[in-house]
Amino acid sequence: MQFYRHQLANGLNIVAELTPSVHSVAAGFFVRTGSRDETAEVSGVSHFLEHMAFKGNEKYSADDVNRIFDEVGARYNASTGEDVTTYYAAVLPEYLPTTMEMLSVLMQPSLRQDDFDMEKNVILEEIGMYDDMPSFTAYDNVMATHFSGHPLGQSILGTNESITALTAEQMRSYHRQQYNAANITLAIAGNTTIDAVRELAEQFCGSIPSGDAHRQLPAVEPEVRSEFIVKDGSGHQHVMQMGMAPMASDPLRFAAELLAVIVGDDSGSRMFWDIVYPGHADSAELGYNEYDGAGTWMTYLSCHPDQAAGNLQRMQDIFDVVNREGVTDDELEQARNKVASRIVLRGERPMGRLSSLGGNWLYRGEYCSVSDDLEVVRNIGRQNIRSLLEQYPLNVSTTVGVGPLETV
Amino acid sequence: MTHPKVSTQRLANGLTVVAEHMPDVQSAAMTVLQPTGSVYDPAGKSGTAALYSEMISRGAGDYSTRELSAALDNLGVQRSVSPGLSHTTLSAATTADRISDAIPLFGAMLTAPHLDDEQFAPAQDLVRQALHALEDEPQQRLGRYLRRCSFDAPWGNPSGGTLDDIDSITCEDVREHFATHARPQDTIIGVAGNIGASQVFESINAVFGSWQGGGGTEITGSPRAASPLHIDHESAQTHIGLAWTAIPYSHERYFDAWAAVSILSGGMSSRLFTNVREKKGLCYSISASLNTLKNEARVFGYAGTTNERAQETLEATIAEIRSLHEGLTDDELRRCKAQAKSSLIMQQESTMARSSSLARDTWHLGRVLMPDDIRSRIDSITIDDVRDYAIEYAPQEIVLVTIGPKPLSSDCLHVDAVTA
Repeated sequence: MQFYRHQLANGLNIVAELTPSVHSVAAGFFVRTGSRDETAEVSGVSHFLEHMAFKGNEKYSADDVNRIFDEVGARYNASTGEDVTTYYAAVLPEYLPTTMEMLSVLMQPSLRQDDFDMEKNVILEEIGMYDDMPSFTAYDNVMATHFSGHPLGQSILGTNESITALTAEQMRSYHRQQYNAANITLAIAGNTTIDAVRELAEQFCGSIPSGDAHRQLPAVEPEVRSEFIVKDGSGHQHVMQMGMAPMASDPLRFAAELLAVIVGDDSGSRMFWDIVYPGHADSAELGYNEYDGAGTWMTYLSCHPDQAAGNLQRMQDIFDVVNREGVTDDELEQARNKVASRIVLRGERPMGRLSSLGGNWLYRGEYCSVSDDLEVVRNIGRQNIRSLLEQYPLNVSTTVGVGPLETV
Repeated sequence: MTHPKVSTQRLANGLTVVAEHMPDVQSAAMTVLQPTGSVYDPAGKSGTAALYSEMISRGAGDYSTRELSAALDNLGVQRSVSPGLSHTTLSAATTADRISDAIPLFGAMLTAPHLDDEQFAPAQDLVRQALHALEDEPQQRLGRYLRRCSFDAPWGNPSGGTLDDIDSITCEDVREHFATHARPQDTIIGVAGNIGASQVFESINAVFGSWQGGGGTEITGSPRAASPLHIDHESAQTHIGLAWTAIPYSHERYFDAWAAVSILSGGMSSRLFTNVREKKGLCYSISASLNTLKNEARVFGYAGTTNERAQETLEATIAEIRSLHEGLTDDELRRCKAQAKSSLIMQQESTMARSSSLARDTWHLGRVLMPDDIRSRIDSITIDDVRDYAIEYAPQEIVLVTIGPKPLSSDCLHVDAVTA
């Protein structure tokens, strides 16, 4: 296995991890743009643009793009988050050149008016789909509340109103501003060669315009807030809570991952034993999320409304004990073993390596192999957890409920 | 490409073990199919198998719940246990050097679960909560209703159980379920990864070799539910489910069916995606896929669409389904072959996918299909094969289930039979 790093003349970054013994190769563009980079007027433009990227350029129509990806048997998709938009495909090695060409078409789409008008309907359908999923409503709202007044609180999908009002010209302007080479990292993992990576990148990514990478990173100052969204006709209660945790560039993030596993993994964690295992909830979890310039503890509770208050108290009790006493050696050892296994298993497939490869470069300008990650996990001890809890205790400031309850 | 080596062994007690050695990976995965699925739930006790699958990790053999959990976590074993129709499925994966140590733990769960009275109420509470949560998820509920209207009971019954029945079930029912149905005959274990077959057989034999189980029972079927069926729900979208008859995995023309469904819905250049979503903007989520039991199969279709456009979406989707046999092109067939080739080869990177295929192939076919055999079978499919299949198996009767604020008109379901 080899690591290769290169930068094109236009500023585009390339990171590649070459592994000859695997059967496939995965490639992806990580664009440093997302809902946090939008203004209120164009709320949802990053995600809508992600859809429009697949509609082709002067050479290829929308039908062509989909057809060609299918012709090479690609497993491909894209996703838009708060601070990154990703386009990726996994293929057999002989199809990498075609795949690289098509991925690069996604970076510079024509954004035609009639495609825009038609796809707007699809975006509105997607908003409708998520409206029917209470856990997504909870996520959107807990982010908006916790990050109120901060760019990370902006909705990824946008609203029916903001999407309906959005114009193709606004999207083109946003695209020109954000999809420049300085904001784009090309990540490649799997069965290919350094020469192939360099040649394909030069051939297909050289025409992406250069530009600036810029992003505001204001401090996060959440207030203690609680909001309950009553959904008529709903019977089950969902509650999400949020608190401050290490940001993406913070070395404490590894300890944060491990602590989230110990306290709130979907099996074998403190929340599992105290809340799910006795049958008080069907789901009670704690996760750690990292962003550019911010990080969060995020809890998710799904239970019968009658149990909600009791469960929230149980969660608070667990947090109080952990904040006071830390975790046990046994728990830490178990969590290390769990996480190490996840790293190895995920890393076996090129697609599994891609998000780590691109994410590490985008957020931190670094490369970590599977061995590097395993080494870090092995070395996390109770000291690290203690330092973590001193700076980022398990405290939640923001609570959002979705379901029949008006309050808890 | 290394050719995979697959070996099968049948133990004296009837348990079947299938092992595939994959030298290029670091992990190993195991899929166990135990014949304790929900088709054996007694009438009025839908959820017995779901409770059983929840309880087998709550103490087994010499281990308490916590001991089992800690031991598996320390071996880095990712695992899940889920109730299915014919079988309870246990799936597990870890690094190849540790899978053998995990086998005794799974052996305890599958052959000697405690199924204690004091664990029953919490397990029942947990399953009840999960069922309660489903009531607010129209897309998930739709699948359950679609199955009920498509397959006779008990194959059409939800393997996760129902809220109506969950409180009628007792711990004794769960013990009875285990005692009667957990048996080595009809249990299949697939192991794939960087572990040799002889080591696999040895480990499995040591743990499962002397296991004697129950005698099983016959199943009595009863007719499926009527359709069209509409469930009122104040949702943002109308959720549309469609089903029609197809051929099962064991049928000699299965791959012709597979190609037809792939052309209909296999990728973003497929007919449903292109004509209903891309060109008309009628939905975000639309798909159709083959769903196979041992002796019969259906195609299940889904579309989610805002309420005002639901009728139009239904009609556009039906039109695509009914015209599948028309205008089939070499390009369409070539694309689905390319996707198959990709999937088959990339599957060789995933021990979890391979172990599941080993077990499921053995259940459906009595043998394992090797990737090269599947590839040549798929390569040999012609346009005529697909057209003939699409005509012969054109939907005569389409099941329609909708969840949303208003029912839809089902007139578009009834058209004349397709002529060649």
